[in-house]
Formats: sequence, structure tokens, C-alpha cells
Amino acid sequence: MNHGRHTGPVETAGTRGAGHDRIVAAEKLTKSYELPAETVMAVNEVDLTIRSGEFVSLMGPSGSGKTTLLDVIGCLDSVSSGTLQVFGEDVSSAREDDLVRLRRGRIGFVFQEFLLLPELTALENVQLPAIFARRPIGREKAMELLQKVGLESRATHLPQELSGGERQRVAIARALATSNMLLLADEPTGNLDSKNSDAVYTTFARLNEEDKLTIVVATHDERLGSVTGRTIRLVDGTIVS
Amino acid sequence: MNALRIALKTLSRRRIRTAFTVGGVAVAVAVLISLLAFDVGYQDALRSDIDRMGYQVLVTAKGCPYEAATLMLKGGGGLRYMDEDVYEKIVQDERVEQVAPQLVSTVFSRDSSSGQSGISMYMGIGDSHLKLKPWMEFRAGGWFSGESADEAILGYEAAELEQRKVGDEVFISGVNSVLTVVGVFERSGTQDDGVIFMPLATAQSVFELPGKISGIGIRLEDLGDLPAFEEDLYDEPGIQVVSMAQVKGTILNLMSSARTLANSIAAIAIVVAVIGVMNTVLMSVFDRTKQIGVMKAMGASKLDIFRIVWVETTLVCLFGGAAGTVLAVAGGRIVEHVMRRMLPYAPSGHLIAFSLPLILTAVVGAVAIGLVAGLYPASRAASMRPVQAIRSSE
Repeated sequence: MNHGRHTGPVETAGTRGAGHDRIVAAEKLTKSYELPAETVMAVNEVDLTIRSGEFVSLMGPSGSGKTTLLDVIGCLDSVSSGTLQVFGEDVSSAREDDLVRLRRGRIGFVFQEFLLLPELTALENVQLPAIFARRPIGREKAMELLQKVGLESRATHLPQELSGGERQRVAIARALATSNMLLLADEPTGNLDSKNSDAVYTTFARLNEEDKLTIVVATHDERLGSVTGRTIRLVDGTIVS
Repeated sequence: MNALRIALKTLSRRRIRTAFTVGGVAVAVAVLISLLAFDVGYQDALRSDIDRMGYQVLVTAKGCPYEAATLMLKGGGGLRYMDEDVYEKIVQDERVEQVAPQLVSTVFSRDSSSGQSGISMYMGIGDSHLKLKPWMEFRAGGWFSGESADEAILGYEAAELEQRKVGDEVFISGVNSVLTVVGVFERSGTQDDGVIFMPLATAQSVFELPGKISGIGIRLEDLGDLPAFEEDLYDEPGIQVVSMAQVKGTILNLMSSARTLANSIAAIAIVVAVIGVMNTVLMSVFDRTKQIGVMKAMGASKLDIFRIVWVETTLVCLFGGAAGTVLAVAGGRIVEHVMRRMLPYAPSGHLIAFSLPLILTAVVGAVAIGLVAGLYPASRAASMRPVQAIRSSE
């Protein structure tokens, strides 16, 4: 596991060379929302670099900008100002089609509410992203992924037949379906009890250690923060440590 | 797995909602198929009825030609009568191949044993009748023994209804006459099946109409002579000439306003079905906002999402089209029965004629409805932004 903890000053895009191992490089990255009465700075001039194989936790109180930062890094949302490179591509001014192309097959997501398609079995949910990436995977490969999260015996079950922890592990397997290099998880243990949360931590840690998967987790959970290699703390959209 | 499979799974998961939507489309398609089949069937049946009358021109006493023509087809009373002399004149015309005078009368009768009442139709005919209608065959017995014999030949259904066979007697209430049954016709599929025939002279005597006839059916040697023949007869006083082509046109004209109304109902049913399908799929899209968001997060393009929703809508309409076809075919006879009771004149054949091209047109039409109805919900789903969709409260 990459346990080299970086709780000190955050490494910025400019602190190292623009090598291929930089998965995310942000400089003065800002995401704001225009409301009728005011402009909300959800992410405010953030400098950040995430390297290949890192296991990073984004921590902070509610409304600190963790989820928004995760959305922008994951190319789910646009950048208001500043620069952002993901896999070496400038996404600061990318159109939606370009963002789709970037996400597809390279970025996997895990959400607090699992968000599995209820009409599909665990196995089919795992296969789905590969279809959208135009690289369909067969049953064998999907079973392998379920095996990675310890759920091969639940392959034919529908989401409602699984526990919360099992659903979240299916969501993790789904996020791996297209050989993603970056896994972004937003409060993945927010809806789970401590036992299931532990199972999710263990899964993340194993994927990071064995598969060298880059993982960024936005969480409130200090226990999860303790197992990641690096913790970034946000307050009011700004990195404080 | 592809868009089709995802759509099928989505529909099967929401079974009740899908069933109601499919049901709505099915009803609209069934109405449409039934109306189109009725349109075709009615015209075919009418054409067949007119062809099987055996003549191209009908000469009747002056009056409303439409009424006369319809009554002759339908078989009814209230006809005016003309002198037999007209027949003598027409029969000498060289252009005529066959000519058959007839005297039609109806009698209201009540069966004292069953308490049921009804109208019996009697027709006086001559030897030429069978020459005009060579397809009429005897099921039992044969032709009258003389031109004024007190004998009757029963149409197939009249024999069934009256429970009479050859050798039995038929009592004509109102005029207190009794005829002996000498023959029963085979089923012809025309109005003749319900008629009690007797010699023309007998009918004139029984109904106290000496020297009178109600109509003359005429078949020409050459159909091309029809306009000139009609023209010549227009000069005869007290009669009118109605060609069967006119009869057909008149009845179809009478039907056209009913058809317009029925087609309007079908159009409304289709619009309601389109709106229903659109609404259901739109609700389904809103219900799945988060799922659509997560599919987009996984890399689904706008086209991917559009396709999934569009296929779903089209499938609903395809299933509805298939179910509607089954419904229309299965309920065809019931609809026909109801139509027959409602229509002022219903030909004797099948009023509703289903055909493969008609069914294919309806199913393709249903799919087209799906394609149109799916456009808006599919566009709405495709244009959702992933972040807003995933973080929505739905």
C-alpha cells in the first residue's frame, strides 16, 4: 500500500515536472456557481497534483468543496477558471463531448448512494461502462472484477438483493470495468455501517497496492483518511493542508 | 448487452406502468385497425352484395331513388309499385340479356307460441329469377309447379327461422294465405337467404296487387350500353332507373360522414396514445435521473442515452401495436355484430376484413408513433448534465 503520508503542504502542479505519471494537475482551479444573490466559490484557486498510483483522501466539513473538486477532476463538471489537466489533457475549456471522451474508459466513479441500475444484475452492472466505452467485456472478465471485490457468488443478484456494503463493492467493480486508471469515490462509506465500511477500505487499499490504481476519495470518515497515502484538507473551497 | 436489452429490462422492471402504457397503445391501434378493416370490409361486402343481385340496373316506381335502392338491397316494405307493362316493354329491348320482375312485400307477424314478433319478407318472382342468379341452388325440393301455384321456396335462413321443410305449409299472417313449401335454397350469403319466394302471379294475388310489380332487375348484353339504356328509360313515365353503381355510390356516400366521424375518433385515440406514451416515458426518465447521470459519468454519450430511451419508447409502441392487432382480430366479430346492429344498411358478408398489409401498416404505424413520442423524452434524457443528474433529489 502507498502509505507515504503527505499531510503537509500540498504538492502543486508546478512543484514537479510535467511527467507522464501526473494524472491530475490543477493550477488556481476555481469552480463557482452564480446564484441570484451571490456567487458561490465552491472550489477556490486550488493548486493540486495527483500522481499515478496515489491513494488520496479529500477531507473537510460539509460544504468545503470536496464533492465539487471531485466532480471537476472527474470531468463531470466544467472549470470556471484556472487550469486543469487530466491525463495530460487540458480540460479547462473542454466541451462536453470532450469530457465524455476523457471520462470514458479512464475514470471510474463510486458514489455514496451506489447508483447501480436496479434492473440489471451485479454482473450486468459491472459490464455496463465497458459498453459505453465501446470495449465490451465478457462474462469471464466481469466475474474476475466481481472476484476482486469478493462478490463472485452474487453475480446474478439484482441490487435490491444485496446489502449496502455489497452494492458498494459492485459499484467499485463497475468502476474498474474499463481498466480505469483513476478511481474517484465520493463518500463511499457514507451509507454503510462500520463493518461494511471496513470492507470497502480494504478493497480500495488492495486495489491501490496490487493494481497500482490511483484513487481519490472524498470522505468525512477519519478512519478512511488514515489508510490513504495522502490527505488533503479543504475548508470553504480552499486547500488548507 | 445493448440499448435494446437495457430498454427491455427497464420495461420489465416497471411491469404495471409498462402494461398500462402498452394497453393504451393497444386500444388505439385496435380502434385504428378495426376502422380500417371495416372500411375495406364494408366496401367489399357491399360490392359482393350488389354483384350477387345479378343485375346491373334496377327499375322501380318513381319515388326516392335512394330509398328504393336501399330497400331493394336491404329488403323492406314501403315500396311503391308500378304497372307490369313496363316489364313487357323492357323485355323486348335487344340490349337486354336477362330481365326479372319482382314484387316485394313485407308482413309483420307475431308468433303466438313464443311471443316473438318480426318482419317476414316475401318476394314474387318469375322463371327468369334463377337465370339472373345462377349460383342459387336448391338445398331441397325444386321450382314452383306453375306460374300461379300457391307454393313457396324458402331462403336458407327463412327455412331455419320458420322451421319449415319441403311439404310443410307457410302461413302468411295479415293476408290469411297458406303456401306449400316446394323448395329450400342453399345459403347464398345474401339477403335472399331471409326471403320467402313465391310465383309472381301468386304474390300479386296474395297481396292484392294485381298487375303490379315493385321492381325489375335487368342485366344487359353489353355493359357499355348502360348509359344509353338508362337514358331511354328516363323518358318512361312513372318509373325511375337506378344503376347498381349508383346504389353503391349512394350507400358509400351515406357512410362517408360516419366514416369521417370514426376516423376522427381514431385520430384522437392515436394522439391520446402518443401523449400517454410520451408522458409515461418522460416520467420514467425523471424517475431515473440519477441513473442517467451515472451512465453519463461512466462514459455514455448523449447518443447512447437518447438511444436507450428511444428504443424503450419504440418497444412500448411495438408491443402495443402487436397487442392491438391481436385485440382487433380477436374482437372483430364482436365489433362486426355491434356495427351490424347500428348501421342503417349492412351488407351480408363480413363487414370487417383484416389483411396482412393492413395489420403490417398498423404495426409499422405504432412503431412510428413510438419514434415520434420518444423524441422529446429521449432528448430530455440525453441533454441532462451528469453532475446535476447525479446530485438531483430524484
